[in-house]
Amino acid sequence: MQSSDIFYRDRPKALLVLENGEVFEGYAAGALLGDPSLTATGEVVFNTAMSGYLEVTSDPSYAGQAVVFTYPHIGNYGVAPDDEESGRPYCRAIIARSLPPRPSNWRSEIDFESYLISHGLAMIVGVDTRRLTRHIAKTGSLTCAIGRGSESSLLEAAKKEPGTLLQDLVKGVTTDEKYFYSQSGISGKRITVAAMDFGVKKSMLSDLALLGDVVVLPAETTAEEILAMGVDGVFLSNGPGDPEALDYISSTIADLLSKVPIMGICLGHQLLARAVGAGTYKMAFGHHGVNHPVRSLDGDRIEITSQNHNYAVAIDNLPDVRVTHVNLNDNVIEGLEIPKANAISVQYHPESAPGPHDSKYVFDKFKQMMIKN
Amino acid sequence: MPKRNDISSILLIGSGPIVIGQACEFDYSGTQACRALKEEGFRVVLVNSNPATIMTDPDLVDATYIEPLVVDVVEKIIARERPDALLPTLGGQTALNLAVELAEKNILKKYNVELIGASIDAISTAENREKFKIAMTEIGLAVPESGFAHSLEEALAVGEEIGYPLIIRPSYILGGKGTGIAKDREEFLRLAAEGLDVSPITEILVERSIAGWKEYELEVMRDKNDNCVVICGIENLDPMGVHTGDSITVAPIQTLSDPEYQKMRDAAFRCIRRVGVETGGSNIQFAVNPATGEQLVIEMNPRVSRSSALASKATGFPIAKIAAKLAVGYSLDEIRNDITKKTPASFEPTIDYVVTKVPRWAFEKLPGTKAVLGTRMQSVGEVMAIGRTFPESLQKAMRGLEKGRFGLNCDPAERTWDAFSDGELLEKVAVATPDRIFILETLLRRGVSPDVINGHTGIDIWFLDQVRLIAEQRKFLDLFAAEKKDLSSDFDRDTWKIFKQSGFSDAQIAWRLGLDEDFVRRDRLDKGVVITYKTVDTCAGEFDAETPYYYGTFEDEDELREAKKQRVIILGSGPNRIGQGIEFDYCCVHAALALREAGYEAVMVNCNPETVSTDYDTSDRLYFEPVTYEDVMSVIEKEQRLGAGGLKGVVVTLGGQTPLKLAGSIPDDLILGTSAHSIDLAEDRKMWSQLLSELGISQPKGALVTNLEEAKAAAESIGFPVLVRPSYVLGGRAMEIVYDTGDLARVMAELSASGSLGIEGGLSANRPILIDRFLEDATEVDVDAVRDKNGDLLIGAVLEHVEEAGIHSGDSACATPPPTLPEDVVAVIKDYTFRIAAALAVVGPLNVQYAVKDGKVFVIEANPRASRTVPFVAKATGVPLAKIAARVIAGESIAELTGSGIIPEGVDVFGKDWTRDTPTAASARQSEFVCVKEAVLPFDRFPDVDALLGPEMRSTGEVMGIAPNFGLAFYKSQLAASNTIPRSGGVFMSLADHDKPQGLKVAKILQENGFKIAATSGTYDYLSENGVAPDILVAKLSMDGKAESDTSDRHYFGTAVDLIEQKLVHLVINTPRGRGPHADGQYIRHVAQVNHIPLITTVSAAKAAASSIGEVNSKGLDVVPLQEMHFFTGANQLEK
Repeated sequence: MQSSDIFYRDRPKALLVLENGEVFEGYAAGALLGDPSLTATGEVVFNTAMSGYLEVTSDPSYAGQAVVFTYPHIGNYGVAPDDEESGRPYCRAIIARSLPPRPSNWRSEIDFESYLISHGLAMIVGVDTRRLTRHIAKTGSLTCAIGRGSESSLLEAAKKEPGTLLQDLVKGVTTDEKYFYSQSGISGKRITVAAMDFGVKKSMLSDLALLGDVVVLPAETTAEEILAMGVDGVFLSNGPGDPEALDYISSTIADLLSKVPIMGICLGHQLLARAVGAGTYKMAFGHHGVNHPVRSLDGDRIEITSQNHNYAVAIDNLPDVRVTHVNLNDNVIEGLEIPKANAISVQYHPESAPGPHDSKYVFDKFKQMMIKN
Repeated sequence: MPKRNDISSILLIGSGPIVIGQACEFDYSGTQACRALKEEGFRVVLVNSNPATIMTDPDLVDATYIEPLVVDVVEKIIARERPDALLPTLGGQTALNLAVELAEKNILKKYNVELIGASIDAISTAENREKFKIAMTEIGLAVPESGFAHSLEEALAVGEEIGYPLIIRPSYILGGKGTGIAKDREEFLRLAAEGLDVSPITEILVERSIAGWKEYELEVMRDKNDNCVVICGIENLDPMGVHTGDSITVAPIQTLSDPEYQKMRDAAFRCIRRVGVETGGSNIQFAVNPATGEQLVIEMNPRVSRSSALASKATGFPIAKIAAKLAVGYSLDEIRNDITKKTPASFEPTIDYVVTKVPRWAFEKLPGTKAVLGTRMQSVGEVMAIGRTFPESLQKAMRGLEKGRFGLNCDPAERTWDAFSDGELLEKVAVATPDRIFILETLLRRGVSPDVINGHTGIDIWFLDQVRLIAEQRKFLDLFAAEKKDLSSDFDRDTWKIFKQSGFSDAQIAWRLGLDEDFVRRDRLDKGVVITYKTVDTCAGEFDAETPYYYGTFEDEDELREAKKQRVIILGSGPNRIGQGIEFDYCCVHAALALREAGYEAVMVNCNPETVSTDYDTSDRLYFEPVTYEDVMSVIEKEQRLGAGGLKGVVVTLGGQTPLKLAGSIPDDLILGTSAHSIDLAEDRKMWSQLLSELGISQPKGALVTNLEEAKAAAESIGFPVLVRPSYVLGGRAMEIVYDTGDLARVMAELSASGSLGIEGGLSANRPILIDRFLEDATEVDVDAVRDKNGDLLIGAVLEHVEEAGIHSGDSACATPPPTLPEDVVAVIKDYTFRIAAALAVVGPLNVQYAVKDGKVFVIEANPRASRTVPFVAKATGVPLAKIAARVIAGESIAELTGSGIIPEGVDVFGKDWTRDTPTAASARQSEFVCVKEAVLPFDRFPDVDALLGPEMRSTGEVMGIAPNFGLAFYKSQLAASNTIPRSGGVFMSLADHDKPQGLKVAKILQENGFKIAATSGTYDYLSENGVAPDILVAKLSMDGKAESDTSDRHYFGTAVDLIEQKLVHLVINTPRGRGPHADGQYIRHVAQVNHIPLITTVSAAKAAASSIGEVNSKGLDVVPLQEMHFFTGANQLEK
């Protein structure tokens, strides 16, 4: 259906209620339009990118979360299927200030709201998203419920929502079976990369495909199985939720260390860190945007990075681990290296999508590690 | 090691006078840079010819030179100051060009000055079209294909290879003559032939036409470590084909998907790296094919630009300040983000609102121009508005423009389009004009589909859909009115909120429902729909913002914090326009600084992104809001509720006519300084005339009229010529000298409600028009003064105009101390000023204009507000007039300010009991220098406009010349205004009869200085008869520019135009008489203009020029910084 005007005259009202009782008024959109009884719950995260709503919506790392976009106009350039990061949205709901009457871009095939409706995803529009963002920035992550029901019923739903802490959300997003991902037209491939799918983004796979053949593995694949495949490197993907709930994966990684070059991104970075004994912790409200300055400690260059994480790595005197990148806003660890084990990882997203292309070199580094090995 | 230690002093070049294309954004950037470099401990030397700038305030840097921006003068400054480095990237194109010239002439090398910020190589790669194209092709970025051709065959070869449509641009032509777009071979052959014909070197540039493509800009910064960031992306509503300075532009980018945006970002970084801008900001323009997404690089500015100022205000990221720090060695991560105070500057701002910039034009002041927009910038100012959505920001911008509009239509002026059919409007909308956006809304409201309009305009569907939402919303009002529904009962809270969120003003709703604005406003407030202020924080709420930079919207949460002190609101002057420019912003900035010094919180309300006043650290709180009744009242009501000492009041007399117009509607007890009643008294011609007769002060004979019949009768009894002028206007809008009855009828029609002024809202029928006797050949004098609450009066300066009365004071050169006024006349002027100030009960600034004819002083007008000349006076006398005025407005007395040293010793102060009989002395405070202010006119941009001065102001900016005597100071002022007076060569003279006696003196001096004189027959004969025989007799011109046939057998040496084109004439003195079709003069002035020959159109200016040539030939030019200007204090200060 065509999204209605920004004046919402035809839209039923909807509410967003936070677990602490804070209420935000808005209008029903997406799947809420056709389903008055639908209630969406999740942990609220705000994303500050001004473009890339489709990539965010279809990024499996957002599983369990309701995403509020800080930029008010969402849906401007519609939906170009090429830009999807997975086959469907994994987040629980979209919160925005304004939807356009229709998209305008030569690549767009459908409008954003229709895309959400086709996937049964709830949306609320007309919200004072800045107030919501400032609230979350002050209180830290909170769960919410969105729907057309009463305030009290929504509050109850918000309170029941478990959020992401200590939740294994990977099992809901990883591939059921291993499969080969390859990009056509690349000739002379020599390298094979095993990509462990914790909720992998398509753009990561296509960046990996530039390095060689890519085989995508379910999260529960064991170290023995992987090593038996004779791959040149193992890639640990991004993914949703709390790494602390994923010790079965960390131990797989521990078994792979020193046996094959490893590179991790985001959740993969956190799991690598846990595999060598580092801790992880939940941040107040995380990093979700495309403008985070990260310093590479190996030079004086600053990378503007794409980020999406609520958890981060804490390292206390681990002799084998070297921090390679830090966030200049808050000194959060953004990259590390385990030289002895030939493993690297970054907390941010070098594949971008959405976001700047400043950090593509990380993939090249991985390639060098695999070639040298 | 961040900061460079190998340099200790830096020369900064400003951008000179405000001209079209280069306005006060460079004062903003220059001021930021000066402060940043001072903060880092550098010795800063500044040169700028523009006295109305904050950057030229003497306490900002170590040595301030208000000198002409020409190589010879700057070399003198370099020789005197010996700076280690020159930073040329913050003073616009002027500074960049000057730096290149200084380098090319080896002056930088000679004095061992290092160019920082951008290398000569980088500058030339960016500026030279061919070099730029090669550089971009080298790094794989696409540019529009083009090639030069010198014959039709060559043109066809070039053109067919590129493919149609093609744009043809003849080389070396002015005003876009011969430029055109060809869609096919046939059209191309015709246009190419025409182009080759009009080009003086038979050369055309054939380029792929990308008119109609989408246009984007990225503001990029780079540091010495090669870190690059995008500060802001901008999308133009008007597609390619309209200069970006003349386009409605929007931040952030709206219609690019992330992959497309990132591709553009990558290209921008490759571009800045290849061009080689090592540190600082650059602006890169792109065109995008809407059908295929193809991206082309159009151009790049290797410096801080107009768009950088906009980007800074749009995001809160201070580009100029950071650029200055990068230039002296810092990297981005070593600089803190001032707004969050926690995070570094090495990030990319993200915003959670929409910013819209709309240009403001002055076509109504330039008769003869067509208000059609194109590739050459014509706007004189701009307004920026911030809203949570595009419709909200667009509507706010429309009312912020101060063109009498309440928003995007839904106001009386929308009726203009009623008379046109859809088809006619579609035709109109296809042409980019200032009205286009209003026509768009009209068409959409009538139900024409956005797709049809997109086909006619190329404007993106997204923008059109958003405008349609405004139109739909408006139709709801139409229905509401038709059904005779009641506001109080039927317009519920949700409806109100939706209207306010789409930017509708109370005035729009009131107009459509036929209600009073205040009634509508009360209804809204009663229903709890109150403005909320949100912070501009560079980070979309992710971090806590420390900086109090706010915009208004209608959301749930208000982010204002409790105030700490009592506060004063300063109302700014809105977008720049002819008649109201940077001078008023200068006053507002000084007021903010002065009031903060005095212990108040200064609160600024303004909507002009180019200014220092809208810099977030100028005031304690900045509201980036339109300066309209509703927006100002919203701020007032919020400020009243911020606790701590409350709101002291509002300053309305420093921001020009904009805040002054609001004085009457703001509650009386909140107006600080001069009361609304006094303001009215001075503006209302009837009350004013009455007051003067009570005071026994003469004014030119006049009468008040309300229609043509009365006007005719009045003019006949007063006698032609007469000056016709309306009330409540600035910049002499619609003022005219009228020589006969026919002309009078035309002028009165203009002033009527249906005339162009009626639409602007500057005049209403119940405000009578004054018809004055026009005093021919009188000397005009301006006085800037400040009177305090006790009745003491401080006179800042008496300014004597160079051009005679009748030329608008803003367009006239003036000098202080007055070079020719006798002391007794000055005494009368001071006496009148004192008595007028007292009678108007002025508390604050006052400007009075006088005409002196045959020793008799007439008052022309008095304005109880800061005038355009306040900054000039401050620079010329060292008396901080704006600061003093602000503190007096806030309640301090002149005695107190003298006591605290804010008023320097020896300033002319008249105690409250002073009378004319009190013994007076000449001004105690004297400078050893004479200062001349000269106006800078935009005629070079508008070749079709006659370059004549008159009572309607048309200058965009000003320059100042400082020298030990008037002649030299005048010479410098002309040099600075790019009207360089030749020191020798040929002069062409053509004088009106009554100018001939004075012209004779001019001719005599010029001849003594070795000039060859060419003159038309009348002037030739007069000069010959009086002993100054010209060298050449030239023929008059007819309408078509050909020599007029002459039956006499005199020998003519061609025409003036021939002489100019043969480069035999280096100065044109052409004084016209009256108005009307004086084809001869107009054509000569036009040719002088396009050939860049200095042109003088009044005999008084000619006299000044002639005397200056003598002075400069005998004495030469020297430079002096403001900090070394000496003021002498006489012993006999006036008794109080």
